[in-house]
Amino acid sequence: MTTNISFLLNGDEITCDIQDHWTLLHLLREEMGLIGTKEGCGNGECGACTVIVDKLAVNSCLFLAIEADKKNIETIEGLASRDGSLHPLQQSFVDNGGIQCGFCSPGMIMSSKALLDENPDADQEEIKHALAGNICRCTGYIPIFESVEAAKKLVAENKGGQND
Amino acid sequence: MKPFKYLSPTTIEEAISFFGEHSQTSKYMAGGTDVIVKVKEGLMEPDFLISLKNIEEMSSLHKNEATGELFIGALVTHAVLEKSLMIQNQYPIIYDAVSNIGSLQVRNMGTIGGNLINAVPSADGAIPLIALDGVALLHGPDGERSCEVKDLFIAPYETILKPGEILKKITIPPQVPLTGSAYMKFGRRAAMELPLIGIGVLLTLDDDLKTCKKARICLGVAAPTPIRALKAEKFLTGKEINEEILIEAGNIAAEESKVRDSVRGQAWHRKEMIRVHVKRMGLKCLEIIKNGA
Repeated sequence: MTTNISFLLNGDEITCDIQDHWTLLHLLREEMGLIGTKEGCGNGECGACTVIVDKLAVNSCLFLAIEADKKNIETIEGLASRDGSLHPLQQSFVDNGGIQCGFCSPGMIMSSKALLDENPDADQEEIKHALAGNICRCTGYIPIFESVEAAKKLVAENKGGQND
Repeated sequence: MKPFKYLSPTTIEEAISFFGEHSQTSKYMAGGTDVIVKVKEGLMEPDFLISLKNIEEMSSLHKNEATGELFIGALVTHAVLEKSLMIQNQYPIIYDAVSNIGSLQVRNMGTIGGNLINAVPSADGAIPLIALDGVALLHGPDGERSCEVKDLFIAPYETILKPGEILKKITIPPQVPLTGSAYMKFGRRAAMELPLIGIGVLLTLDDDLKTCKKARICLGVAAPTPIRALKAEKFLTGKEINEEILIEAGNIAAEESKVRDSVRGQAWHRKEMIRVHVKRMGLKCLEIIKNGA
């Protein structure tokens, strides 16, 4: 039940052997050491494990690694530039208090990125709708929505972020 | 999670043949948002997981403009339905229902077919398809058969599908002019929550824009399976629709429902919400018809 898969991970081509029953979250965290993506509930309820697969935000805890074959995967590790400068969304979350304990942040930011990549002019309602599957226990959400709002302009200007 | 072998057929026939080889230990999977959770929790322990995701003919969403029929492949995700302008404009009741299922992440993976086959009593996805008189096409080891979507469900988590059978697509018959439809998921919060009650209403008016030609009132969590409030529908048909009549229809629907107490809410509360929202969805239908007429 070992299968060889190839996929694009944050712009890099990856080929590896996986077990059929591994989730993408398991592959990323336990096998590849990419622990930016978090496991919260493990049932697709909290959004902490959100990654982008072919431009769509998905719960990597419910997404089988085997189904990543030939897909384009983006995780929080791929957002900052190689020189260390943050993606506008990351910077905006820092600047606007969108991060407190930080556990939901990678998922929040990936959901936000998927939204703004598709709809750079997303309004407040659209932002809330897109982030409804990301649970945060610290911020009360307002600073998170403000962070996304503030990032819109920067993202539109296409500053930073190797995947933009 | 218990290890399994992942199979990825590209045709329905191949999928059924895989299933036939290990019928006791195989499970079909569509989007995986329910199946993977069950496998993780040990509620399902398949040795073979047969993914239907690569069966192309099950993934299409299209309308035959000549006949007016709408075809929804079972693998069409909630997000694809939600983002479709055709669905938003012509089938608002489907949009209302799918846009609040789970979260965006779940809707990007979860499919309409999987939602139906999972057969939870709330079945957000089922209510609009029942209201629209949808027909399900099933394909199994013995060939194809079809049934109305409302007849798919036997009990919570139980459908009429036989072992090895696959829900292939849903066909929505042509919509008559002067039809409006709306769905309300009523719960504590919209996202990541099953509804306390789900109310779908579809009304078709006569040319006079007053008389009800056809009514559908479909309820989720009002019984062990999604139901139609047939008495309320009959009451509306032929009547001049106004707020008072819709209030009465709501009362009838609430009384014929089989709501119960559960962890999520009390029966009396559910009944009250049926009363209120049958009326509100009915009024929304009238608004949609008048805006389109």
